[in-house]
Amino acid sequence: MTTLAFLFLPFATTADPWLAAAAIGAVVLASTTGEVLTAAAMKSIGDLDLIRARSGMTGAIRAVVTSPLFFAGVFFLAVAFFSLLFALNHLNLSLVAPASASLTLVTNAVAGKIFLKENVDRRRWAAAVLVCIGVYLLAH
Amino acid sequence: MVHHKLLPRQYLILSLVAVCAPLGDSCLARGMTAMPSISLAHPGALIAAVFTPWIAAGIALLIGFFASYLTALSWADLTFVLPATAFGNVIVALLSRFWLNEAISLERWAGILLITLGVSFVAQGPSLTQHPAPIAEEPLPEETVATGGQR
Repeated sequence: MTTLAFLFLPFATTADPWLAAAAIGAVVLASTTGEVLTAAAMKSIGDLDLIRARSGMTGAIRAVVTSPLFFAGVFFLAVAFFSLLFALNHLNLSLVAPASASLTLVTNAVAGKIFLKENVDRRRWAAAVLVCIGVYLLAH
Repeated sequence: MVHHKLLPRQYLILSLVAVCAPLGDSCLARGMTAMPSISLAHPGALIAAVFTPWIAAGIALLIGFFASYLTALSWADLTFVLPATAFGNVIVALLSRFWLNEAISLERWAGILLITLGVSFVAQGPSLTQHPAPIAEEPLPEETVATGGQR
């Protein structure tokens, strides 16, 4: 949702590098936490396609919205969004959007391995790094 | 043990994840830049903005993105789904090149190449990590799904 950030572009100014690092760090940290919690919630709920086949769309929606982990995830995704807005208040979009989007890919690979116990093999590490650089080049 | 192969329907969900997010963002950006600037003194204008065609389309696409993203996370690893999400940016860049005839700089072509390469790496591997003991510790054998207690 980084393009949403365009709306706040008029406020963008330059700032010192420490603030920049702290602001981008906050975005990356909050969104990684949010993604990991959401992913954990969905894993604990189970295959949504199967749930929908068994108990319909309402059953699937109920399974999601009754999960506390899911709301914890959404909460941190919201925190990430507002820290992005805060970051844009002080920094340029052309720095914040690509930097946070691409760094998040790498931190998610690390967090996925540690917290979700995902099998992040050499292939996925390579992908995380390549996509990270790619997103930066594409969005910059 | 099981090498998770995705069903055609699951590929469809993943492509929805990839396409809906950047298209939704673009619709929002297009709708908002076309509007006269909104000041914080008149927040009502933001509510009205929701009902303009571009913004409404953008919101619908982002809802579609979130629904398919959650669905994908229910049967695939986070580290498998995220590169797919990033691939959407490539699709949008290519669309803007060949459909809107926008120029793409050499730097962006390099970005497109790297993302595509990364996604193809991940796509060759398994989509889901098999844990020896499932996280939801329920001894139910009838299905691998743990709908457990949630419903």
